[in-house]
Amino acid sequence: MSDWPKKTEYLGRSTPRVDGPAKVTGAAKYASDVQPEGWLYGMILRSKWPSAVIRSIDLEKAKAVPGIKAAVTVRNGERHVRYYGEELAAVAGVSKQACLDALRLITVEASPQPFVVDVVEAIKPDSARVFADAPNLGEAKIKEEGDIHGAFGKCDVVVEGEFSTQVQLHQALETHGNTIQVETDDACTAWASTQGIFSVRDGLASNLNIPQTRVRVITDYMGGGFGAKFGPGVEGSLAARMSRETGLPVKIMLTRFEESLAVGIRPSSYQRIKLGADKEGKLIAFDLDAFGSAGFASGGSSAGGGGGAGFPAPYIYRVPNVRAKHAGVAINAGSARAFRAPGHPQGSFGMESILDDLAVKLGIDPVEIRLKNDPLELRRKEYEIGREKFDWLQKYRPPGTSPGPIKTGVGVAGATWGGGGRGTKAQATINPDGTVEIRCGTQDLGTGARTVVALVAAEIFGLPPERISARIGDTEFPASGGSGGSTTTASVAPAIFDVCTKALNELQVLSGVADARGANFDAACRKLGMEPVVMQGEWREGLSSSGVGGVQFAEVDVDTETGFIKVKKILVVQDCGLVVNKLTAESQVNGGVIMGLGYALYEQRVMDPQTGVCLNPNFETYKLPGAADVPEIEIVLLDMPERGVIGIGEPVTIPTAAAVANAVANAIGVRVHSLPITPDKVLEALGQIPAGPETASSDLDKSFVVVEDLPAVAGEFTDDVPS
Amino acid sequence: MAQEHPLNHPVSRRGFFKGLGATAVATVASRAEVVAGELTKLDAERVQGPGAIPVDLVINGKRSSLQLEPRVTLLDALRNHLPLTGAKEVCDRATCGACTVLMDGVPVYACMILAVDAQGAKITTIEGLSPDGRLTKLQEAFVTCDGLQCGFCTPGFVLSLSALLEKTPQPTEAQVLKACSGNLCRCGSYPRVVQAALQAAGVKTASRCEVIRHV
Repeated sequence: MSDWPKKTEYLGRSTPRVDGPAKVTGAAKYASDVQPEGWLYGMILRSKWPSAVIRSIDLEKAKAVPGIKAAVTVRNGERHVRYYGEELAAVAGVSKQACLDALRLITVEASPQPFVVDVVEAIKPDSARVFADAPNLGEAKIKEEGDIHGAFGKCDVVVEGEFSTQVQLHQALETHGNTIQVETDDACTAWASTQGIFSVRDGLASNLNIPQTRVRVITDYMGGGFGAKFGPGVEGSLAARMSRETGLPVKIMLTRFEESLAVGIRPSSYQRIKLGADKEGKLIAFDLDAFGSAGFASGGSSAGGGGGAGFPAPYIYRVPNVRAKHAGVAINAGSARAFRAPGHPQGSFGMESILDDLAVKLGIDPVEIRLKNDPLELRRKEYEIGREKFDWLQKYRPPGTSPGPIKTGVGVAGATWGGGGRGTKAQATINPDGTVEIRCGTQDLGTGARTVVALVAAEIFGLPPERISARIGDTEFPASGGSGGSTTTASVAPAIFDVCTKALNELQVLSGVADARGANFDAACRKLGMEPVVMQGEWREGLSSSGVGGVQFAEVDVDTETGFIKVKKILVVQDCGLVVNKLTAESQVNGGVIMGLGYALYEQRVMDPQTGVCLNPNFETYKLPGAADVPEIEIVLLDMPERGVIGIGEPVTIPTAAAVANAVANAIGVRVHSLPITPDKVLEALGQIPAGPETASSDLDKSFVVVEDLPAVAGEFTDDVPS
Repeated sequence: MAQEHPLNHPVSRRGFFKGLGATAVATVASRAEVVAGELTKLDAERVQGPGAIPVDLVINGKRSSLQLEPRVTLLDALRNHLPLTGAKEVCDRATCGACTVLMDGVPVYACMILAVDAQGAKITTIEGLSPDGRLTKLQEAFVTCDGLQCGFCTPGFVLSLSALLEKTPQPTEAQVLKACSGNLCRCGSYPRVVQAALQAAGVKTASRCEVIRHV
């Protein structure tokens, strides 16, 4: 049982965000909005080559442009750039126009090198190499359990399939960037669009070679991150350097074009899966051979940052005999960064697809086969709740049997996530006039963190949330971690609970009022005289936990003449422990589902193999879901206060694509094996148009043979779950 | 520019000379030269920039006199030459709607309008929507329905839908979707945005969410 109060006044209800009014009036100031006195506009020059040795960069003409105050190169001396869009130099000046003029006048001498941007091409032995001293294909990691070789012989039924998932871009609406002021005494203030104010602080201190105590990072508001905004980035380091050089604040916010090239992706995946079961549908053996690219640094043997391209397998199911092999492939493209549930949507799409194929072959209902093989009781319960709410038994029919040219289908898939809490500190001040201020060095990505602070304090003090001054987004406040891994609410809420409980006790002791909550609060405060109550508190065990399930059901219409897919309904059944704010929790679920729809149907970075450039670094060709694309989304939240707070942001985006893919396969009777499921792929699957010449999947068969031939190293298979 | 809009001036000075030229050239060569010279002079007067020129903008009822290069967009002028950062720069190419402002009541993408061309129009930004500090019904509904998450797209949505409600006080859901079809949200707030617009118009909407106590 958790220590949260059994009866609540504010927790678990629907409370509008405390900063909602600031957001609807334009009063909310984001990192890109701040205008400190004398601020300069900064812009970055990027490589137009997918691979090149940079011999020299001449900034002199750029520096002479009227209004330009600084121009710097990212690095001195010769260097090798390895993707289209890698940073070369930057300028800062009094206007965007001065910067645009200056960038055009920078002369770069470079020797272009051979490159490869197609993953399947990159694996071939004669491919151009991203790093000359290492093959693009990294050493495979293997996970083995049971006896995979003998197990398939014992199966009554075996299905095989090849699946691929695309590169997805984060595309937070506020681009990456910072406004940074370095004073002459090296005191640094940075207004950062970040998910981790303290990691930006530490990064800038290291870049500027100054103590962390000299850097202050402020993030009052930030316009989305989804995993890609943890450090200051090259753009932050360039802004800081030019600010130090000029003595003026420098703002560098990336353009949408730059945002699409250099600041993170969800890695691609290519999966060959073999799955075997007995005739009851009980899974016996799972064999995965997979590779994917997390960009230029992928492959393991190459230098550079970025996450890997691995994913959890056999995703959420219990299979006694498993072999899962995965290799990273380097290509000349920007690096991966954590992206909302890293690895999970890829793992979910492959596993949930092949599981449905197995169910079809056995003639078992897809929900039933999941109930048979899912080891998590909670998720099994969610399937049962969902089956009833969704009217699954009425809606499900054998694949391809829906009449007419527009076929209806249904699908289902599940997810898992951690989402626990961790070290967070907070400070509470209760003033003699009854005002309350809570300070916590967390940040709000849009999930409603500021409101969580206010709500928990309101609950403890028995005051309405609007009476709490909730202050976050400043490294001068007590430290909290980065907002990643769905940990923010589970980290922050317990810390606020702790500090407020202590502050209330102190108030009661000092004032002599036995219960200073609610109506007694102001009177108790007046008895404080001159001294406010100031308390420190922190996250502790017993108020949060980790580990959620979550299932989604999808219903789609597929037009077999045009290939167009209309998602009609998504039902979400999700647990998240104690629901802190029902309103914002629901919003996160909506958001996860809609982002999952983008992954299922629309979004895909397209690279040109001939030139190595990204062909769709903008919103007219990189398609995000719009308002009219959104189906009815029905949400069932399982409230389990006894578990404490658990994060919800990531699990809700995981199963959407798999559920939609299964619904499409159910509708048309054939499976589309690659995401996004665009109309051309639907028509191709239906045999109405010939297979495209250049799709990755057309070459996929041969690629797996290449993977097979390479020596694999035994070792732990990385699931790439963020720390 | 608004003051030279053909509808405002059915017969412009330049148009007069041009017309004169067309008929005169055929007959009297010397007069044609005079006309041509006159035209060149007028064209030179019309060429502005590339340096900064005076630009007068009326924003939220206040006049701002700026010195801007003619290539400066209205969005750039608001965000980088004025303290009006409510309109956001997200795509800078007319695809996302985050920079939406009202020009004479019509929602437009501020990134696609040159500041010089916005002269003479009444511009309303998100900062000017509730000048007395009291939220409009729509803004209030955005807050209570949670029609936003990170909030970066919100000013654009609010202005697009404010313009809709001004013209169509009782919109259907389809009209709401159409009105914000030029706005993108990456957090996925669309269901609540639609709900907010309908609620502001007095149309009852229900949340399709329930919380089940799990034991």
